[in-house]
Amino acid sequence: MDKLKQNPDKRHQLIIEGAGCASCVGKIEGALNRVPLVNSAVMNFVDRSVTVEGEVCVDSLIQAVEQAGYHAKVAKGQSIQESQDEKEQADAQYYKKLMAHSYFALALGLPLMFYGLFIGDMRVSSLTQQFAWLVVGLVTLGVMLVSGKHFYTGAFRSFKNHSANMDTLIALGTGTAWLYSMVVVLAPNILPEMARHVYFEASMMIIGLINLGLALELRARGKTSAAVKRLIGLEAKTANVMRDGREVKVDIAHVQLGDLIKIRPGEKIPVDGIIVEGYSSLDESMLTGEPMPVSKATNDEVAAGTLNISGSLVFKATRIGKDTALAQIIHLVKQAQNAKPAIGRLADVIAVYFVPSVMILAVITALVWLNFGPDPVVAFAIASASTLLIIACPCALGLATPMSVMVGVGKAAEMGVLIRNGEALQTASKLSVVVLDKTGTITQGKPLVTDIDLLGEHSKLQVLSLAASLESGSEHPLAMAILNSGAEASVSLSPLSGFNAISGMGVEGEVDGLVLLLGNQRFMAEKSVDIDAHVALAQGYAEQAKTPLYFAIAGKLAAILAISDPIKADSLAAIQALQARNIKVVMLTGDNRVTAAAVAKAMAVDEFIAEVLPADKADKIKQLQAKNEVVAMVGDGINDAPALALANVGFAIGTGTDVAIESSDITLMRGSLSSLVDAIDISQATIKNIKQNLFGAFIYNTIGIPLAAGVLYPFLGILLSPVIAGAAMALSSLTVVTNANRLRFFKGSAAGEKL
Amino acid sequence: MILINLIGLALIVFIVWWFWIYQEKTVEFDDENQVIKVASGIYSPARLTLKADQAVKLSFLREDESACSESVLIPALGISGELALGKVSQISLPPLPKGEYAFHCQMQMYRGLILVE
Repeated sequence: MDKLKQNPDKRHQLIIEGAGCASCVGKIEGALNRVPLVNSAVMNFVDRSVTVEGEVCVDSLIQAVEQAGYHAKVAKGQSIQESQDEKEQADAQYYKKLMAHSYFALALGLPLMFYGLFIGDMRVSSLTQQFAWLVVGLVTLGVMLVSGKHFYTGAFRSFKNHSANMDTLIALGTGTAWLYSMVVVLAPNILPEMARHVYFEASMMIIGLINLGLALELRARGKTSAAVKRLIGLEAKTANVMRDGREVKVDIAHVQLGDLIKIRPGEKIPVDGIIVEGYSSLDESMLTGEPMPVSKATNDEVAAGTLNISGSLVFKATRIGKDTALAQIIHLVKQAQNAKPAIGRLADVIAVYFVPSVMILAVITALVWLNFGPDPVVAFAIASASTLLIIACPCALGLATPMSVMVGVGKAAEMGVLIRNGEALQTASKLSVVVLDKTGTITQGKPLVTDIDLLGEHSKLQVLSLAASLESGSEHPLAMAILNSGAEASVSLSPLSGFNAISGMGVEGEVDGLVLLLGNQRFMAEKSVDIDAHVALAQGYAEQAKTPLYFAIAGKLAAILAISDPIKADSLAAIQALQARNIKVVMLTGDNRVTAAAVAKAMAVDEFIAEVLPADKADKIKQLQAKNEVVAMVGDGINDAPALALANVGFAIGTGTDVAIESSDITLMRGSLSSLVDAIDISQATIKNIKQNLFGAFIYNTIGIPLAAGVLYPFLGILLSPVIAGAAMALSSLTVVTNANRLRFFKGSAAGEKL
Repeated sequence: MILINLIGLALIVFIVWWFWIYQEKTVEFDDENQVIKVASGIYSPARLTLKADQAVKLSFLREDESACSESVLIPALGISGELALGKVSQISLPPLPKGEYAFHCQMQMYRGLILVE
């Protein structure tokens, strides 16, 4: 183990602990520079790391640092899992702190509030009361400084920097209430008798409630990243690497490119690679959402995070660390989770001007009360201004969009749908036309022999074996279909001689001493093979969009093979589901009209266009857009790149992890059209959720602010208490985060129908 | 009363000037060791100037525990990053053409501007 850890290059990175001041830098650098063979040691005080260059062993460096009176450890690249754990730990600590602050403030604030409500009077009229309230005032100050210190320091520092935020509002609101109350206590005489009311309980309660709100919000926020956490949890921690013919368990960070890694049944694949030995079935559902295990054998790719189910495998590492498909997916999802769909932009603009605007409103409110309010004007003015400052919540507005996007994008990833940006998310929710590429999207994109009609004395396997042997010399797509089918049926191939391909006709050759002919009607006629009795059968296949081939063995017709690109099992259901959502489905294909028509009919698409060149696909998208349609293009991401780029949303579809993730707005990893329906549904659900959040936040502020200002007072005599404002403010952002979390329970409808 | 009203109006003018009109000074960002501190609702420095067509890494040191400060977004570039608490986190910027690029937290409470010249 230790040998593996030794850094072969001449550069070492250490993390220093116990360096408290900038003057330590010189001491540590000096100590390291005195170690023999060290060329340079440079410390970065900000992140407490030292970079040492020189051909030395790490241990002697650590020793030198320890002797200088500090601690050091080797800095290693943090795995995503580790940084995630660290973040969770920090959050948990912060949660505890917030809760403690909240309890402290509420424990003192609540009794005082009850006293004011039910027992006594919050007024200052005698000397004893004056003294008693002074004590309470000082206790309140203590609570504000202990539980609310972060609000005041935050407010002060951002004020210095010409910026204002939630802290500013809370500090101003509670500060005003406290200061006014202290004036009442210390100099009651300068105020009219009716105005000698104290608001100490408000300051304490507000601080307690807002801390509580922040704590609950933090907890709810943790859930919004559940999907990414699940992906991160897929990373294996160790790998069994073959080193010098022996199997060694190493930390995943130390796996090198080209390492041979052994995997047993039930183990997770640690890095991406290519199988060099063994075969097995793998559960890739965690990455692709595809529930069926996938069989893999030599030369097949395996992806980190997937689970080996049945056999033992040895594979060669081809992508490690940040380059694995899993790491890229995590990175992509994290990036996309921070994306903003256009719908949230107005809220963004408002958020920027929000806090200073609220401050101005508070001043205006106070002025209006002072000028036109009933007695005691000062008390009314102060109370409503501070209530207004407290109730206005920029958080609800600011969190509305990002929280829903976090959850929505994460949920989509769980279903094998990778949404790359906010734009795609929003556009996918209002599509009117979906353009599907036929080959590889509706169909499997891999032609196979779908039918064999035996017409002589040879068996099905014999026919397939001979045909595959004959085609082994050819690279024609039809030959590939026969070879693929042969491989699937595990037939053995025999040597081929005298191979000859006649373009547009067929192929001939000799296998096992038999002269073989495989081709179309014209080819058979030319070679004088009698097929007259079976032409109708072959034509029947042609009508079903299959390509019929006549196969003659030793001059006699032995079989008719029908070749086609099979339609994916759930394509029809998915297309129907799209149409049920009022989305028009158009099929594009480069194939001939007959084949296209047959598939279009079977799939009941609204429109199909055959014999399209790749460049013309983009034109078709343009035409649809000219008709004001919101167009999605679904293709394989490589051949369809121009059309994908031009469409309002480009969906790349692929099987497993070999999808070109970069080439599209949304990637469908399951490789089936039902995930397209899922993608559209989750986009719609997310946008709806954002709308709810934004609506809630707008309504909250547009009702809360005037109410707090006392707009209703002249008519109904209603005025909000600052404590209620504090509770409402804490609840408002919590509501937004909780509503966003509802998206976690979204279920993929199409996938559900299928299963 | 007139005096109070005048004070109120002055306060409003002050708020407008202090928070909206005042332009913070910009800091030239040419050293990758320079760290942007993320604390108490502000990035400091919050306005950076960069040279055009040069890839740089911005270093952020997050000291604020609240979840608001944990992500930095540069929407114009589609870049976002997570900041670990109490540590320097780096965000790589590609070579940029001249222009202004805003960066902010998820909620826009933390806000900063990159000026590419």
